[in-house]
Amino acid sequence: MRLEPIPNPTLTRRLGLPALALLTTVIAASLLAMIAGAQPFSVLGLIIQGAFGSKFAALETLNRATPLIFTGLAVAVAFRAQLWNIGAEAQLYVGAVVTVVLGTGALAWPAFALLPTIAIAAMLAGAVVLLVPTFLKTRFGVDEVVTTLLLNFVVLLWVSMLLEGALKDPMGLGWPKSARLIGEARLPRMVDGLRLHWGFGLALISALVVWVIQRRTTLGYEMRAVGLNKDAAAFAGIPVNVVLIKTALLSGGLAALAGFSEVAGLKGSLTLDISPGFGYTGIIVAMLALLNPLGVVVAALFVAGIFVGADSMSRAAGVPTYLADIMLAMALLMMVLAIMLTKFKVRRS
Amino acid sequence: MDIFDILISASFWTAAIRIASPLIFAALGELICERAGVLNLGIEGIMVVGAFAGWMAVYLGGGLWFGVAVAMVSGMLFGLLHGILTVPFGLSQHVVGLGITLLATSLTYYSYRLALPEVTSPPKIEAFQPYEIPILSDIPLIGPALFSQTPLTYLAFILVILVTLILYRTPLGLALRAAGENPAAVEAQGLSVTAIRVGAVMVGSGLMAVGGAFLTMSAFNSFFFEMVNGRGWICIALVVFGSWKPGKTLLGAILFAAFDALQIRVQQTPLGADIPYQIFLMAPYILSILALVLMSRRAQVPAALMVPFNKGER
Repeated sequence: MRLEPIPNPTLTRRLGLPALALLTTVIAASLLAMIAGAQPFSVLGLIIQGAFGSKFAALETLNRATPLIFTGLAVAVAFRAQLWNIGAEAQLYVGAVVTVVLGTGALAWPAFALLPTIAIAAMLAGAVVLLVPTFLKTRFGVDEVVTTLLLNFVVLLWVSMLLEGALKDPMGLGWPKSARLIGEARLPRMVDGLRLHWGFGLALISALVVWVIQRRTTLGYEMRAVGLNKDAAAFAGIPVNVVLIKTALLSGGLAALAGFSEVAGLKGSLTLDISPGFGYTGIIVAMLALLNPLGVVVAALFVAGIFVGADSMSRAAGVPTYLADIMLAMALLMMVLAIMLTKFKVRRS
Repeated sequence: MDIFDILISASFWTAAIRIASPLIFAALGELICERAGVLNLGIEGIMVVGAFAGWMAVYLGGGLWFGVAVAMVSGMLFGLLHGILTVPFGLSQHVVGLGITLLATSLTYYSYRLALPEVTSPPKIEAFQPYEIPILSDIPLIGPALFSQTPLTYLAFILVILVTLILYRTPLGLALRAAGENPAAVEAQGLSVTAIRVGAVMVGSGLMAVGGAFLTMSAFNSFFFEMVNGRGWICIALVVFGSWKPGKTLLGAILFAAFDALQIRVQQTPLGADIPYQIFLMAPYILSILALVLMSRRAQVPAALMVPFNKGER
């Protein structure tokens, strides 16, 4: 078989194929749920209900989407420039560590000064974590996929070490857990009485900022050019390595904000399980959003909905929660295939 | 006991070869994929599938070698999916690979929960036992290390030789290497790049799964969540470290495993007791990164690695 570009894909093709991809995913998930002994289509209903069926559920979904918007943006920004940052997990944890270091009393400032300081410090730290693999890539040609992946393990062990040592809560009864943040370092709620913190607002603002950077600035243009064709970009006089390093700073910083927002907004302290793989899930979010920053928000809500919904579905129908991960993996694979088929026709040769 | 005493003890080298075995299978599998031009980031998840499938087959009453075969076939199925998506459809090998890892891992965990609901500690199987090769196993130091291992370890070493012979001494090996270096030339010979690449990814994924099965059927006798724990990613680093050559990759795996066995033992010395244990656990990952940096200059990357081949395109 052979792939032939389609000059002007029809609207039906552009919308129909992605819809088909999602439908296939839903059918496959229903079949798997059936194997687990559940009513196939009730499972889908239970997931939707569990994710958006009540005010409590919807707020839970928004809270779960918040870190995913940050990590999704981090991945989208990097992938657009073909910088394969698989290390958002590590950058998230470093951001969380900085938040704890500065927010547990080291700086006794009022909130309006303290919160931005912590956020910026967290971003810088996250940026540095991604800068190392990026530098190894630009300087030595070391593949950043492997180095960012391996750094995730290193950073997680480092956090575990800190939580049993320097950052351990003296009142924590032996649990590897940090002290709680002071009140001034906590992100306030967006609306009084609703369990939704300003991390979500910050995530939406970040998505908008990234969109503006990508569409309205020279840097955004250069990032896309480097991602499309590195050699052509270099030929056109774009400093490829400088662009990659700037991309890394932005991407690492965004991922670190996920850690900042989880600690300062949701949890109030750091434990080793603040992220159940938000860094990796960010890759799915970014791909489902076709690397579009505004699409990341929608995709993050969708992914968070599946996770939150699957938790409650699992309790109600007795289907293992891993169904959520299977659905996301399938959605990812089906979607990249569908998107490709909107642009190319398969021909027998 | 100081480090020198550890290094000359037979039990240390026995452990090192045991730790190296799953890495040899999986790294060899990755090497076959990459030599044909396909980066397989599904490795981590495929190892999880192999670990589960092989162990489950034995738990349900199959023989040990039947379990190995089941693991291999399950790995090949995921390899087929990876191959179809990345070769004829030419999708991003990064994205597909990570997707396969997620799919394989979550399907495994889902199956585990379905097969063994409400089990707190997973059941154990009769795993492969060490088989002492007569005479050879009596050689001091080398004997226990190399010739008192389980049959799967012997298989790993035999496979290194076999893969080397196939890659460099057969038309099939030549075609496979050419598919990773100059696919247009392969097509000009009347061979199908698609068939070679998909086949390579399937066989390679089968080996990765056997590497996973080694963990549940030889190193341990049970399946735990997160037992693969980044070994797949380390294998990708090992292939680069070995400059895409089976012999050098084997050497890398043994060096790496020796270091891993060493850190476990140093942890138990008085010196090690003062250092947080996480430092020791970090060491293998940092070592892999350093190895990548050191080898990056000399690395002979297959020229068409990660380059999709679309027939008729110039």
